[in-house]
Amino acid sequence: MTVLPGRRRRGIDTLPPTVTAFILVPFLVEAAIVFAPAIQGVLLSFTEWRGIGAPHPVGLQNFRELAKDPVFIVAFKNTARWLVVFGGLSGLLGLSLALLLKAERRGVAIYRSLIFLPVIFSLVVTALVWRVLYAPEGLFNNGLQAVGLGSWSHIWLAEPRTVLYALVVASLWRSSGYIMVLYLAGLKSIDPALTEAARVDGASRWQLLRHITMPQLSGVNSVVLSVIVIDALRSFDIVYALTKGGPYNSSELLSTYMFKTAFTTGRLGYASAIAVVVFLLAVGFIVLYLIRALREEVR
Amino acid sequence: MSSAEVLPANELVRSRGGRARKVRTVGFHMTASFIALLWVAPLIVVVVLSFRSFDDILGNGLVALPHSFTFHGYADAWGRGGGRRGMINSFIITVPALTLALLLSSLAAFGLSRYRVPFRRTILLVMLAGNLLPPQIMLIPLSRNAEALGIFDTFYAVIILHAAFGLGFYVFVLYGFMLAIPSEIQQAAIIDGATPFQIYRRIILPLSRPALASMGALGFTWIFNDLLWSITVLRSENKMPVTASLLGLQGTYVSNWGLISAATITAAIPTLIVFLLFQKSFVGGLTLGAVK
Repeated sequence: MTVLPGRRRRGIDTLPPTVTAFILVPFLVEAAIVFAPAIQGVLLSFTEWRGIGAPHPVGLQNFRELAKDPVFIVAFKNTARWLVVFGGLSGLLGLSLALLLKAERRGVAIYRSLIFLPVIFSLVVTALVWRVLYAPEGLFNNGLQAVGLGSWSHIWLAEPRTVLYALVVASLWRSSGYIMVLYLAGLKSIDPALTEAARVDGASRWQLLRHITMPQLSGVNSVVLSVIVIDALRSFDIVYALTKGGPYNSSELLSTYMFKTAFTTGRLGYASAIAVVVFLLAVGFIVLYLIRALREEVR
Repeated sequence: MSSAEVLPANELVRSRGGRARKVRTVGFHMTASFIALLWVAPLIVVVVLSFRSFDDILGNGLVALPHSFTFHGYADAWGRGGGRRGMINSFIITVPALTLALLLSSLAAFGLSRYRVPFRRTILLVMLAGNLLPPQIMLIPLSRNAEALGIFDTFYAVIILHAAFGLGFYVFVLYGFMLAIPSEIQQAAIIDGATPFQIYRRIILPLSRPALASMGALGFTWIFNDLLWSITVLRSENKMPVTASLLGLQGTYVSNWGLISAATITAAIPTLIVFLLFQKSFVGGLTLGAVK
């Protein structure tokens, strides 16, 4: 193989067989454990199958049934609500925390670490922590009582009206630190000369944020958006650990409903159809994330 | 000596600015420490609860200053609560899965970054995409495939799943890191007759230690904290990792808050230690690929 003159050589031109194996083996592992089952999952969604014998093809029947399934509709709406409320608030909180804690000054590392801390806990641990806070005689109700708002107290996880938002708050506690860290890294990459120039020109704080900082964060914003959506659609553990989707499916998400359908009612084809819906919701954001990753790689 | 005339004015500005800055600093610390306190308060409540006795909690309520101090909760959570078993299982799963994942991904990243590979970008993106798929889509096929292979309800199944699921992300990050290692080092080794594996093992891997530490710290918490995969391919109570056994505890010891709190804190300690040891690499790993 000839090397073009003047072209920068990165690596070696010929690919030794061992190196081919280095790449091929991990790729095949992922293909066998991620891609093949994903394709199987999609195919299963067009069948009726209870796990015994061969799956019976039924075309789009499962999806037609989903459209009329009241629990699915609730789970779909809850997932949409989860995306908007949890996604919006975690983005907003993450950005605000990053703006507050962006400057390197004394003590700031401690504040950042404390807010980041819950990120390292499992969602099951998070769930148990919040179970204590939400208990009928837990921190929230006690606190409300103490300030004379006892009538505002709720059995947070057992009332259909409060349960979904109670779960959102617990998830926010855990993940805001992650979004904050993403924004902190983004803020750090902004050229300080730009901010300084605008400040000398008499820009107000709001103008700085609106016209200097935010436009520079657009790259981080799209990463944050896709991370939040992909994560939110995966949300399962915390709901499963705290309410299992109850009471009366009021905190059911597509992920928990899918799991229940698969492993308690055993309707594997129908459950796969729910999974396909989750996949379709995620696919646009997966592409968004990949485009960012590609840009990073080309750089 | 014109600077002597300017100096006092400068001083004046600085001292006035200094006072304003002091006010702002105090304001900042009050806001930030309030928020930080808000964030750790739930943990403090649970830590306090975990050291209180059953009677104390029953008598004085869940959220109260402690009237007792006991390790009973911890002893119970560790012993009859099954914390020890769960913790051992978590390590039996996490350590091999993480080792396998880092081995496979560093090999692939080495090949992709140090050699001219056709479809390099496609391979990278396809592998990364696999990481982003919602797990629901492969849940049923994976549990059925594990049954067909006779590894359902074994540690092997969970270990392989965890090793495979992080691959795309690890490869992508390690690839980016290895790409920055100058190629002259490798050329010299080739002239000396080194095989690709020797180059990987002796040169590239040692130089990639920071990136491996990042991925190791992140991967440890991801695998250790997982619930979904374990409950998908495991059935036996005595094989469940600590996350799943915590859930079981919640049902069995519904009103034993001391025990449940102690178990919760115990389950959080391993990832806490990893975080404290690798804080910089941990946060660095999370933000890789997010900027620019």
